[in-house]
Amino acid sequence: MGTINVSGKDIEVDEEGYLVNRSDWTEAVGTEMAKIDNCDLTQNHWEVINFLREYYDEYQIAPAVRVLTKAIGKKLGADKGNSKYLYELFPYGPAKQACKYAGLPKPTGCV
Amino acid sequence: MLHTVNKSPTERNTLDSCLAHVKKGSAILLIEDGVYAALKGTESAKKLEATLKTVPVYALQPDLEARGMSGRVLDGVKLVDYGGFVDLVAEHPTVQSWL
Amino acid sequence: MTESTGGIDMDEETSGVVKKFLYVNRKAPYGTIYALESLEVVLIAAAFDQDVSLAFLDDGIYQIVKGQHTKNIDVKNFSPTYRALEGYDIEKLYVEKESMEARGLTEDDFLVDVKVMTKSEMADLMASQDVVMSF
Repeated sequence: MGTINVSGKDIEVDEEGYLVNRSDWTEAVGTEMAKIDNCDLTQNHWEVINFLREYYDEYQIAPAVRVLTKAIGKKLGADKGNSKYLYELFPYGPAKQACKYAGLPKPTGCV
Repeated sequence: MLHTVNKSPTERNTLDSCLAHVKKGSAILLIEDGVYAALKGTESAKKLEATLKTVPVYALQPDLEARGMSGRVLDGVKLVDYGGFVDLVAEHPTVQSWL
Repeated sequence: MTESTGGIDMDEETSGVVKKFLYVNRKAPYGTIYALESLEVVLIAAAFDQDVSLAFLDDGIYQIVKGQHTKNIDVKNFSPTYRALEGYDIEKLYVEKESMEARGLTEDDFLVDVKVMTKSEMADLMASQDVVMSF
């Protein structure tokens, strides 16, 4: 357990940096989490992060990376729906890392 | 006496056991998976229909909502919220929780 | 810390033999942890690209009933997750007719597409599997 400071407010995160309370999430929180990992979020990152948030709202889980890849391909095109593209954006693992910035729990199946 | 039942009637015999021991002047409150007992068109609903002639039966509304069962409750079963649950406990000198 | 690649880099030759897995769901959703545990196992095991079927019988039928709202019991409503199974290539969902009818339910009451089958067809389905996991 720890906290990260976003615009003067302390926000609780677990030992791996995931949000403790999903309702604490704002874009600024996502940006700050990425900064801690030395990652500058671009429009391409946000596309994936926003997709994950929508997916979670609909299904109440974070998708496995295989499911994410396929669904991104369907929504944003084949040039983005492949693991090379997604791993370049999120080198620690697209589902795992992007879920963190999206304020979601780690995907089911991530040990 | 207030009797509470928290198990599904198609999973355990809790409801049957409760119904066999209920006396006039008591009340039954269905909670958690016990609320499935109140669903129209089931065997347990028939049993409750007979029970309702002598004893009031209540079901906890939040548990029905959680299970998607709000609109399927047998007529005559009264719905209560958590406040109503507390009132029932307060109104009866003893509570028996059938588990 | 590893992230499953979900078999995306495996081809037919290296992925090994595909077995028939059946997950049998017999418990109501919130009174015990079985339903949620089963769903999590199904989602995790989906990474292994096996031939997966889900069976709903007895009180397990209640897991996939439409219109669940758990806000007032302060428990996570995991019923929308059954709708994600299709994206995990899990499309064979079976409901036992006798269990459905005993609960006053019809096919329209479910939040996912299912195939309704009789108890005896269910027995055949169970008998035709390589692995059966019961919850």
